[in-house]
Amino acid sequence: MEISFRDMITVLHGMGFGTLFMLAFSGAIGVIHATSVAGPPASSSRWHVRMFRFYLISMAVLAWLTVLSGAYVIYPWYRAVPPAGTTDLSGYPRSLLLSSPMTSGWHNLGMEWKENIAWLAPIAMTMVAYVFIKYGPQLALHRHMRNAVLTFTAVAFFATAVAGGFGAFLNRYAPVRGGQAIILFQDE
Amino acid sequence: MDMRPSSSAPGPQPARPVSAQPGSLPNGPGAAAILAAGVGSLALGIFAFAGDAVPAIRRGFIFWTPTGTLSGVSLSAIAVWLVAWFVLARRWGSRDVNLVRVNVSTFLMLLGALLLTFPPFMDLLQGK
Repeated sequence: MEISFRDMITVLHGMGFGTLFMLAFSGAIGVIHATSVAGPPASSSRWHVRMFRFYLISMAVLAWLTVLSGAYVIYPWYRAVPPAGTTDLSGYPRSLLLSSPMTSGWHNLGMEWKENIAWLAPIAMTMVAYVFIKYGPQLALHRHMRNAVLTFTAVAFFATAVAGGFGAFLNRYAPVRGGQAIILFQDE
Repeated sequence: MDMRPSSSAPGPQPARPVSAQPGSLPNGPGAAAILAAGVGSLALGIFAFAGDAVPAIRRGFIFWTPTGTLSGVSLSAIAVWLVAWFVLARRWGSRDVNLVRVNVSTFLMLLGALLLTFPPFMDLLQGK
């Protein structure tokens, strides 16, 4: 069983960083809400607050890793320009998608939307992590701040869903492949 | 929009928000982070749209050739966001500000960012 180097990095970007980040949202929204309506600071244990700070920092780090790996490692492979006269476009995903009116929308809508909106997620989650670290359970005393934090978390979720959803489809219709083959295991 | 710190407003102060309860932190640092995130998001939307609509800007945003215009759009937006956060945090670091106004401004910027990063809306603005 083998996988190409580019495939492996794409899996790490989407299934590793991106999916972990996505899975963490429900927990983040639940705990931000619970913590910020729990009442005075003494009602939340320090351990829980510390753990949730770690959780949000991890989410922000995952968000940054996802967009940075996507934009600066995988996207260059995706948008590589084929040499003139190339007929097999399988190594050039963007050109492959644009070569047919049946698939060009995956680039013109999917990738064009995904490549920009994805950046809202790390900006939003960095802000959310900072505000929670700064205020913690005191968010209960700042209703408007809590609303802003929850809104940004929801927007980050939406941005990640758009980017992740289109990423999955793009990788289905025009997978980013190539590079050294990595043998994961071999039958004897 | 006037978002001066409420503590600097002359005359009698309006009823203080819950954030001003004794022992609570001022809301300024949080407001600075929130507004800066809105500014950074809107900058992303504007840069993405400008890079799509204006060929000269598109070329100017190519900071790193393999990633193309996206490199300039993303790095410039991050720079705007961080500078805005730094400036706002210095101004509001130890004060209470009107968070309702901050939130309204931020949500409008966020909405603008969401629209400007949506390709059909970009096309609509360009008359395509």
